Parts: sequence; structure tokens; C-alpha cells
Amino acid sequence: MQISDKTIAVEQLRTQMANAAAGGFCVFEGWVRNENEGRTVARLEYEVYEPLAVAEGQKVIDEACRKYPHLDAVCVHRSGLLEIGDCAVWVGVAAAHRDEAFKACRYIIDEIKIRLPIWKKEHYVDGDSGWVNCERCANVSHRHNDPGP
Amino acid sequence: MKTIHVRYFAMFRERAGRGEETLSLDVATAEDVFVQTRDRHGSTEPLGHCKVAINDVMAEWSSAVQDGDTVLLFPPVAGG
Repeated sequence: MQISDKTIAVEQLRTQMANAAAGGFCVFEGWVRNENEGRTVARLEYEVYEPLAVAEGQKVIDEACRKYPHLDAVCVHRSGLLEIGDCAVWVGVAAAHRDEAFKACRYIIDEIKIRLPIWKKEHYVDGDSGWVNCERCANVSHRHNDPGP
Repeated sequence: MKTIHVRYFAMFRERAGRGEETLSLDVATAEDVFVQTRDRHGSTEPLGHCKVAINDVMAEWSSAVQDGDTVLLFPPVAGG
């Protein structure tokens, strides 16, 4: 688990994870999009409490390894200011077979989103800005083990 | 009374107007710290949406706080 204030080097990460025993490699990239809830987003800002984000992220990766045995998993999350189209989070999982690769990758990104001390501030084109809450928290029936949209 | 070092993040930091402060509080648990600092800074965020750590270890709201502890109050997270 890594936190980076620099552009995520996705090609380099992929190359580093090459593994002769892997028959499948699954990647999820979270990108900064230009719209949220009807508002036009100009850029994003991530605040990260790194000591606990790294510790909790590594815990998530270890859990994924126990639940869906695989060969290697890496997650990198950005901090700081990001522009539209930037990669905000990268998860890569190499496994002997595709099923474990898909499932472990999905588990890691879902848990990363709800457990790590990371906060997202959207800056809108109209000059306004605001912290993004977990929207599903507004729903009283929401549990943090439901996969997000 | 206990001396508690409180750290605020994201919207909590902006609302408190500072990233941290040391307070003398009559508290037993992490929840007590949350409630007393919420009242102090006028935050309205429900406890159930937030998380807490004590001395850099994730904790429960029912976790006991000791004199000299650092309590980290996390507003709703939004990674990814």
C-alpha cells in the first residue's frame, strides 16, 4: 500500500508485477471525472492521513489475500491536487487464475474507499468547493459492506 | 479531568479552525471526546458516519481514553 503525491506510474507498476506463475492480472484505475451530482468539477484534492492510510490499506490487502488467494497485490492512492483525467487510485492483482484476480481487486478497491482515512474535496468550475461525503451514509439502511456505484 | 491531544482532519479541521489542540476534558471514551469537541466547534456530523483512532491505532467509539492520549477524529472518508 502506497500513498503518492506524484502521478501514478501505471506502466511501471504493471511491469513490476510481472509474474511467471500468474495466469491473470486485474487492474482497477480510479480516474478524476468532470462531473458529480450535476456539478461540473474542475479538479480534486485528496487529504490523506498517511500513517493510518498505509496501515489500514495493507490490512485490506492482507484480507484480500486470505479471502481470494493470489500471488501479488499492490494499491497506490494519490494525495494532493489532481486534474480531470488523472489516476486517483490504482489497484493491481496478479493471480494464478482470473476469478481470484477479479474478486481480490474488487474487494481491495471497495474496502479502500470506505476504510482509509482519505478525504476528497471537489473544486467546481464556479469557484465553489466542498468535501465529498460518503453519499450512501445519508441512507440510514446503508452498511459499509455494500459495494458502491 | 484528562489532558487529551485532539487532531482534526478535512472538514473537522476547517470547522475547528485548527488541525489540533490540547484540551482538558472530563471524558472516559473516544465518544465523549467526539461529543465534547463537536459541541465546542459546532459540528453537526453524526458520530456513526465518522471514525476514530487513538495514538495512531484505529479504535472504537467505546474505547477508553487515558490522560495524555492523542485522539484523531476522522470525518466521513471518501477515498478512491
